[in-house]
Amino acid sequence: MNYFPDEVIEHVFDFVTSHKDRNSISLVCKSWFKIERYSRQNVFIGNCYSISPERLLRRFPCFKSLTLKGKPHFADFNLVPHGWGGFVQPWIEALARSRVGLEELRLKRMVVTDEGLELLSRSFVNFKSLVLVSCEGFSTDGLASIASNCRHLRDLDLQENEIDDHRGQWLSCFPETYTSLVTLNFACLEGETNLVALERLVARSPNLRSLKLNRAVPLDALARLMACAPQIVDLGVGSYEDEQDSESCLKLQAAIRKCTSLRSLSGFLEAAPHCLSAFHPVCHNLTSLNLSYAAEIHGSHLIKLIEHCKKLQRLWILDSIGDKGLEVVASTCKELQELRVFPTDLHGGGNTAVTEDGLVAISAGCPKLHSILYFCQQMTNAALITVARNCPNFIRFRLCILEPHKPDHVTSQPLDEGFGAIVQACKNLKRLSVSGLLTDQVFLYIGMFATQLEMLSIAFAGDTDKGMLYVLNGCKKMRKLEIRDSPFGDAALLADVNKYETMRSLWMSSCEVTLGGCKRLARKAPWLNVEIINENDNNRMEENGYEGRQKVDNKLYLYRTVVGTRVDAPPFVWIL
Amino acid sequence: MDEFVNLKETELRLGLPGTDNVSEEIERVSCNKRALQGDTENETESSMMKTETCPPRKAQIVGWPPVRSSRKNIIQTKKNESDSEGGRGVYVKVSMDGAPYLRKIDLSCYKGYKELLKALEIMFNFSVGEYFEREGYKGSDFVPTYEDKDGDWMLIGDVPWEMFVCTCKRLRIMKGSEAKGLGCGV
Repeated sequence: MNYFPDEVIEHVFDFVTSHKDRNSISLVCKSWFKIERYSRQNVFIGNCYSISPERLLRRFPCFKSLTLKGKPHFADFNLVPHGWGGFVQPWIEALARSRVGLEELRLKRMVVTDEGLELLSRSFVNFKSLVLVSCEGFSTDGLASIASNCRHLRDLDLQENEIDDHRGQWLSCFPETYTSLVTLNFACLEGETNLVALERLVARSPNLRSLKLNRAVPLDALARLMACAPQIVDLGVGSYEDEQDSESCLKLQAAIRKCTSLRSLSGFLEAAPHCLSAFHPVCHNLTSLNLSYAAEIHGSHLIKLIEHCKKLQRLWILDSIGDKGLEVVASTCKELQELRVFPTDLHGGGNTAVTEDGLVAISAGCPKLHSILYFCQQMTNAALITVARNCPNFIRFRLCILEPHKPDHVTSQPLDEGFGAIVQACKNLKRLSVSGLLTDQVFLYIGMFATQLEMLSIAFAGDTDKGMLYVLNGCKKMRKLEIRDSPFGDAALLADVNKYETMRSLWMSSCEVTLGGCKRLARKAPWLNVEIINENDNNRMEENGYEGRQKVDNKLYLYRTVVGTRVDAPPFVWIL
Repeated sequence: MDEFVNLKETELRLGLPGTDNVSEEIERVSCNKRALQGDTENETESSMMKTETCPPRKAQIVGWPPVRSSRKNIIQTKKNESDSEGGRGVYVKVSMDGAPYLRKIDLSCYKGYKELLKALEIMFNFSVGEYFEREGYKGSDFVPTYEDKDGDWMLIGDVPWEMFVCTCKRLRIMKGSEAKGLGCGV
């Protein structure tokens, strides 16, 4: 193994980029551990509380890119109260104090502040890339710091964050000499945008590949921007209010025709139905289309656009497309790999919407499909069994039937057999979300067949602790398990405490676990942080000794960690 | 069924008594303890029972369906716009060719076309000319149009007012050359 000098081994390691593989390499021997340590460029931390910045820096002194994730997934649906945690500030401060030459920071579900962004922008001379996904706590002032101070910035990618828009001049903070922009995504900003500054920035960014605008960028500005950036690959349209046949529209059409590199289209945050036709000329090259925010576009217009998109690999759409529309997708988009269908009616009982027929059509027509997120009002076992037969290659399968506990609408049976068929056929399934009426049986199937499953989301499902036990015992590769409103209790929680060391985290809310059970778990497993998010403001009850049979009406979130209890938890989070 | 309700009453809970949590729990217990009612033969029966006893509280379940707030907001806007066709405040966008930004007006505030057009003339500072059934609007470069439910652009004034309010999705004051196609007299 050590016939080669370290530099040669390091050079070989350079070709190994996946985190899992690099983790494996570091376990081979001490020498490899050391070489790998010093040469690791990209560090991924799936739970910011599993480790501290200091330990990170001790282990990897030379990294350039850091990915951090904070809040649990269910925070996306408002199940985690404000102030829970996930603060990036200590990380930025620690990194700033050290000598690490940070170039890229990718954060997901974390709390970021303007002060933190300012510190970030001043501390790392070669900082190139900032990607914030589902973060909050900062404003456009923080963006102004990044724009002003990061001379070598390439990417500023803001995805679905909650940003306080001070309607300031952050875009004009990019110096006139700054020309290295490659990615600019500010679609989630709600306020006005300085169009002049934006146009000047785009005009002096010859390397710009990805531009995603917010709703304050109107049609005529879009036309001018596209004329300045015909090399664009990925475009997010802001606002496209109908001005059919107007001068702006004609200019836009001319500009679009020149964008021969355009492969990805998204946005249409404010859009009139007819606007899509302007993009028909570029459809034949599109590989990615995200119209999931275009609530005002009728299904018929969506279909007309999609008919031209023969090379589409990724499609995110609203269910207004209907089953008919999905049939068009199935017959047109033979290269489709990922499909997400979002609901337009959150409360059920809608008449449009897609059904099991749409899902079956897609599975029959798109042989390369491997990821799906499908919101619908109804499903049948027969449909799921057909889907499983048509598409044994699913890696991610997420089905959300809007009404909890809804059975097969034809047979009134639970959907155990349908999901069972999915897990049995899809041997590479890594992520699964189940819904509808489900008994313990479906979990028996999951435990038996879903051997590669890493993430499972359960809501309103199961009958007894056995359900959860089937999963914990069977799914050896489980990393993230999130459960809500299901009758799993202490027996399941405590059956195999060591299992949680092999997982990143477990979330259980509105289940049957009790405070006493959680405390027992915390005692048995000191290497876990067992947190109760208590929203009832009843701290007194715990002190008065009420325990044992009390249900944890609130939320249990536990995760493995090497640094013990976190110190930044708010009062409503009890760490047991 | 009643026995489950009583069991719930005696349990110590973290929630305050008399809060919504209690009634939520009753419903949830009925749903989750379904299996205790019997074996598989009774499953259909108990599912049906469950549906009777647990009417889906669609609007009230926190964090369900699992859709981000940003997505919920766009759906809500769309719903509000279509809900308002009932007459509770029929807000529609108004654009005018050449104007830097759009306006919104409440159609239910006007009793008829005359009032509406007058209001638009004041808002955008223009004149709309005179309406003729055959030729449309004569005497002005501006033509008032609206987009109907089918996505088509129609001349304002052709259909009865009530029908217009119900089918109108947005307004556009067309100007100049585009307006000619709609029968603007030359």
